[in-house]
Formats: sequence, C-alpha cells, structure tokens
Amino acid sequence: MSSIKIELRQEDLDKIHEICDSFDNEPLELINVLHRTQEHFGYLPAEVQEAIAAKLNISTAQVYGVVTFYSFFTMTPKGKHPISICMGTACYVRGAEKVLDEFRKELSIQVGQTTADGKFSLSSLRCVGACGLAPVVLVGEKTYGRVAPDDVKAILKEYE
Amino acid sequence: MSKFRMHLLVCGGTGCRASESSLIGESLKRELEEKGLGNEVQVIMTGCFGFCEKGPVVKVMPDNTFYVQVKPEDAAVIVAEHVIKGRPVQRLLYVDPKTREHITDSKHMGFYRKQIRIALRNCGFINPENIDEYIAREGYAALGKCLSELSPADVIDTMKKSGLRGRGGAGFPAGLKWEIASRNKADQKYVVCNADEGDPGAFMDRSVLEGDPHSVLEAMAICGFAIGASKGLIYIRAEYPLAIDRLKIAIRQAREYGLLGNNIFGSDFSFDIDLRYGAGAFVCGEETALIHSMEGMRGEPTNKPPFPAESGFLGKPTNVNNVETFASVPVIINKGWEWFSSIGTEKSKGTKVFALAGKINNVGLIEVPMGTTLREIIFEIGGGIKNGKKFKAVQTGGPSGGCLTEEHLDTPIDFDNLLAVGSMMGSGGMIVMDEDDCMVSIAKYFLEFTVEESCGKCAPCRIGNKRLHELLTHITKGNGTMADLDRLKNMSNVIKDTSLCGLGQSSPNPVLSTMNNFWNEYVAHVTDKRCPAGSCRDLMRYTIEVDKCVGCTACARGCPVNAITGERKGPHFIDQEKCIKCGACFDKCKFGAVLIN
Repeated sequence: MSSIKIELRQEDLDKIHEICDSFDNEPLELINVLHRTQEHFGYLPAEVQEAIAAKLNISTAQVYGVVTFYSFFTMTPKGKHPISICMGTACYVRGAEKVLDEFRKELSIQVGQTTADGKFSLSSLRCVGACGLAPVVLVGEKTYGRVAPDDVKAILKEYE
Repeated sequence: MSKFRMHLLVCGGTGCRASESSLIGESLKRELEEKGLGNEVQVIMTGCFGFCEKGPVVKVMPDNTFYVQVKPEDAAVIVAEHVIKGRPVQRLLYVDPKTREHITDSKHMGFYRKQIRIALRNCGFINPENIDEYIAREGYAALGKCLSELSPADVIDTMKKSGLRGRGGAGFPAGLKWEIASRNKADQKYVVCNADEGDPGAFMDRSVLEGDPHSVLEAMAICGFAIGASKGLIYIRAEYPLAIDRLKIAIRQAREYGLLGNNIFGSDFSFDIDLRYGAGAFVCGEETALIHSMEGMRGEPTNKPPFPAESGFLGKPTNVNNVETFASVPVIINKGWEWFSSIGTEKSKGTKVFALAGKINNVGLIEVPMGTTLREIIFEIGGGIKNGKKFKAVQTGGPSGGCLTEEHLDTPIDFDNLLAVGSMMGSGGMIVMDEDDCMVSIAKYFLEFTVEESCGKCAPCRIGNKRLHELLTHITKGNGTMADLDRLKNMSNVIKDTSLCGLGQSSPNPVLSTMNNFWNEYVAHVTDKRCPAGSCRDLMRYTIEVDKCVGCTACARGCPVNAITGERKGPHFIDQEKCIKCGACFDKCKFGAVLIN
C-alpha cells in the first residue's frame, strides 16, 4: 500500500486502540477515528490503517478506500513546515500557479512530496476563504497573502 | 451591551485574521486599559464584515465609523483620537476611488449601499462566541415563536409561502423539501446541515458559521420541529478549524441555556446537534454522497430516488439544507413570509450571498436581493476591474457553472436566469476575469478540478472529464484541431446527459459556456496557434525587436537554454527551435526589446 514501512510500537498501538475505543469502536465513526489518528501520527501509514481495521472489525480495504478517497488524509509524512498553496479560483486567476512553480523550483520537489531533509512538504489546496489576500500561501499555521513568485525565496528563508 | 458607551468591532473572519486582526484586538484592549477606559469601551471580535479587500477592518459603534487596512500599531491613535477626542482618524478611513473622498459611515460606501443583509445579518455585528449577543438581536425568538404559537404544519406553510429556495446550488424550494420529510413516518428523523463548502472561491458558508453560528443552530431546531426530527448533524469541512471551534462553543452555550436538548422552552420538543467532519471531497456537497460520508464511508453518490427525505442517514428520513439556507430561516419566521417574498424576483425570493473575487477592486462577501444585475454587482459594489483593465468574463457557480460576458451584464441574477444563459447560481462564487485571462485555460482549470474531485463511481464523469481535460491541454499546447473542438462539444453533452450525480451533470458547463461565448478564442488556439489573451505559454512566441536591442547581452546571459545569440553591442536573436518560452529574456530586458506575440 505504501512504500514506507514502519514498525508500530506497543505505545502506538495503545494510542490507536484508545482512539477507537473513544468512538466505541463504531465503524460509522471511521472518518472521525482517522482524523484523530492523523492528528496524532501526522499521517496514516499502511500499518496504522491495518491496526484501525482490526480494532473496528472492518476490512483493511475499507479503511484504505476511505483514506485514499479524501484529500485531507495522507499516507506520507508531511514536512516540519508544510507549505500549502491555495489553488482556489480567486488565487488561480491572480497567479497562484506561478507561485507554486517557484516553490517547486526552489525546493526541487513536486506537489505531494517532502524534501529529503524532512523540512518542507508541498501541497496545493482549494480555497482557504481568504480570497481578498489572493494568492495565498500557508506555511504551517501562518498565512501569507498577495504572494508573488519573487517573495518565495524570502518566505523559505524564514524557516531556515 | 448597554453599559458600554462605545464598541470597537474588530473583524475576526478568516481573511482579516490572516492579516493579524487578533493582534489589533489585543492592542486596542491594552490601549483602553492603559487609559482607564476598559469599563467604558468594549472591544469585540466579530465575524466577517465582507469587505475583505481592505481588511483588516475595525468598526466603531454607535457612530458606524469604518476603518480599513488597520494595523496593530494603529490601536494607539484610534483610542487617542477617536475614543477619547471623538475625532475619526482620517488616514484609516475608506477613500472612495472615484471622488477621492474619505467616507466615515460604511452606509455610504459603494460596497455596502446596494446590499441587504439577511443571511449575513449578524456577521460583523456580534461576538459569535457569545450567545447573549445573538439573543439581543432577536436570536432564538423564532424558535420560541414556533414552539409556542405555531404548529409544524404552520412552519412548513410559512416556509413554502416565503419562496426560499436552497442556497447550496440547485435551488430546490426549501419548504417543499421540509414538507416531504415531514410526511414520511419514522421513529427517528434527521436534520442535516451541509457545511461542506468545497467550491473553490466561495466562502459564504464559512463566514456565516464563523460570524453567526447560532442562526444555523436555531434554524436546524426549527426544521426539526417542522419535520419531526430530534437530531441534527452538521457536516463540516475539517479544513475550517475556526468555524468548527465557534460551532462547538455555540452548541455548548445553547445547551446551557436550554435552547438545545430536552424540552426546549418547556415544550415537549427535544432537539440536539452534533458535528460530523468532512475530509476534503467536493462530491460530498451532493446530498447522498454527504450522507455516505457521515456514515464513515467513501463519499460516493447514489441514484435518487430514494431521496434522503425518504431514506437518508442510517436509512432514516433526512432533510439536508445548506448553511446559507438555514441562516435565512429565523428571519423569515420572525418577520413573516410576506416580507421575505417581497424581496427578489418572481421565482427567486430573498437575497443571495456572493463571494466576489478575482480581478476586481473590492474582493469580499456581499449579499444582494435576487434580481440585482451583474453590472451592479461588479461595477458598483465590486468597484470595477482591477488596475483599470477591461472586463472580460465573470464565472458564476464554480466548477458547475459557466462564464458570462459583457452581454449578460444587465441580466437580473436569479436561479432561472442564470440557467437560461448557460451558467448556474451554484453556491454563489463569482470570479471576475479581465482581458489577460484565457478562456480555454479557465475551462481547463475547472476540468482539472473536476477530474481530481470526481469520485470515480460512474464512467461518464470518471473517464469523460479526463478526456475533456486532455483535449483542453492539447489545445492550450497548440496541438488542437477543429475536429477536437467538435469532439469537445459532443463529449461535454454526453457527460452532462449520462452522469450519475450533479457533479458530472454540470462539470462540462465551464467548457460549453466558454465555447458558446468565446468561440473565436478557441478557434484562434487551434487554427492560428495563438492565445489572444497571451496566457498560454506554449503558444507564446518571444522575439527581439532589432531597433530597440542595444546588445547588452542581459537576455542571452539569462536564457537557461542558450537560445539567444548575438554580438555584444549588436542585435540579438532568439532561436525559436531552442526557446522553451520561460520568459526570462522578457524579464531581463531593460529596453523593452523583447516582444511577446
């Protein structure tokens, strides 16, 4: 399912079980379980999905099906500073694509990837609702508005 | 609120918070404390004022003074000048771009003059985290009226007569929907609020939830009373953390006040609300897909019938409405259907919230009566096109809608008129485009979105949209033929006719409407291999004008593929075979000698 192989420690398993228990191991709550689990681990590797499936008594395929259906869930770890470029229509017509290209070039990674040092990851998202500031870039929780391709270097520098 | 002589309202909407409006609130409070005015003047963080372009916004009440683009360091001067001396701070006032006049009262700003706020009535007025402020503005009065004076049938009757149509996109009459759900008998029914706003460029639902969460809770309870449901669920995007927080606070406060829970207002009606989280899937805006997602499954739509009103969440009768629809309900109950139906057009009553964005001067959230024209919205409220450019098109309805042109500017906007001209209301996104935007690229952009968001269940949407996107890519790269344009049109119509749900049935709209309205632009791409807007990179041709070239070699040194040759102090040339159209030479040339055509 994913190229990254991890080994779950007992404490990881305990955490997964604790989360599932808090939703009464109810399969209807799968999406909520996944939200909480991703909050804890930062991503949802195959091994974690297997553990959830076993605990909720559903097939791993069902869990995998849901994880890969929704764009909010990810199977690869995000960087220390996740960068998201808004590609909503308002940002797009104000040049978000050029900004995204610049990030790609500067970091030498594609959308959905993380830099080798684990520092930055790149993703695009659809509309954060701050269209007045278009184009918008998010680094972690911080929002940058009216970003031009020329600003990209300076933004990255803040996190060095 | 009465014990304070003055209120400073600071916008706490997402846009303004991104510009550090919470720091402004803190600085204002600190300044007031220092001057010993903490008991006289109150600082309130409110929901969105709508005028996002000039954010962060601070409004002073009771005199309605409207400050724009405020910075945290301006707190001192606002307190010293306005609060203490009663003199508005001139440099923070909005300047009318035409008359250059400083406008103090927001009522006189072009942006607000034509607006009527029903769904957004409390956004920017109250502290969304304080239920008392909502109650002070007639909050929960409508629920009280329903429980004490009206029967469920009366409520449904009022809703039907009001003419309120669903604001989520399709415009189905809300009262009729409630009536159908009320007729189905079951031991348990559900009221669901669709807050999975996935339309890129639309943010009205989030603003209502962030600025006035109680209005949605109250309306859901009214709906529960009308259809006989005791359970409400709000399906909200996990990407809206602020809205989620405010909803949680609002639900907690409503429970504490006995406005949610058992025996509300001492009646035998009980109703409670829980949150369910989406996880980023546009198709979940479709009600059957949304219900599957709430059940912990992939958000794939199913055929209707059965409609959710018969068999919805967990197989029980379920009524799904969107946030903006719900937000209008309490006002209709309070002021009466006669009042509501007096606003708007014959078949579309009331107001509609639009998220105005793109190449427009006043980006923001507006609410106008149905029947307002695009011209009024774009040129009066929106303040016209940015940088004095020429208006080219406006895209309404998001990925399901279409591009309208100059000739549609005087069409009164309502559900039916938009459909008639090949677009749709959708959730109310309105993206304005100028002469630099290529319509083929815009169609391609929306198809890229649809391809990504198609759930994959039915073939026309899964495969067809991918083919459409490939064809459009082909055309923007200069490889298209006239036969491709025919293919594009035919396939679009097939996808519309054969897709399972609303997503596929409307996804070709951006292609068809741009083809209808900008046919020549498509033809230019395929026959002349030219992009009239100058935006498709592969169709650009960079040349150097010999007369202007001074031979400084800047372009040649900047070219990443060594496509430029020429002697120092002599004219330079671009080898079109080698050129990758990156535009570096254009950026480097200080003499305007590099031309794009």
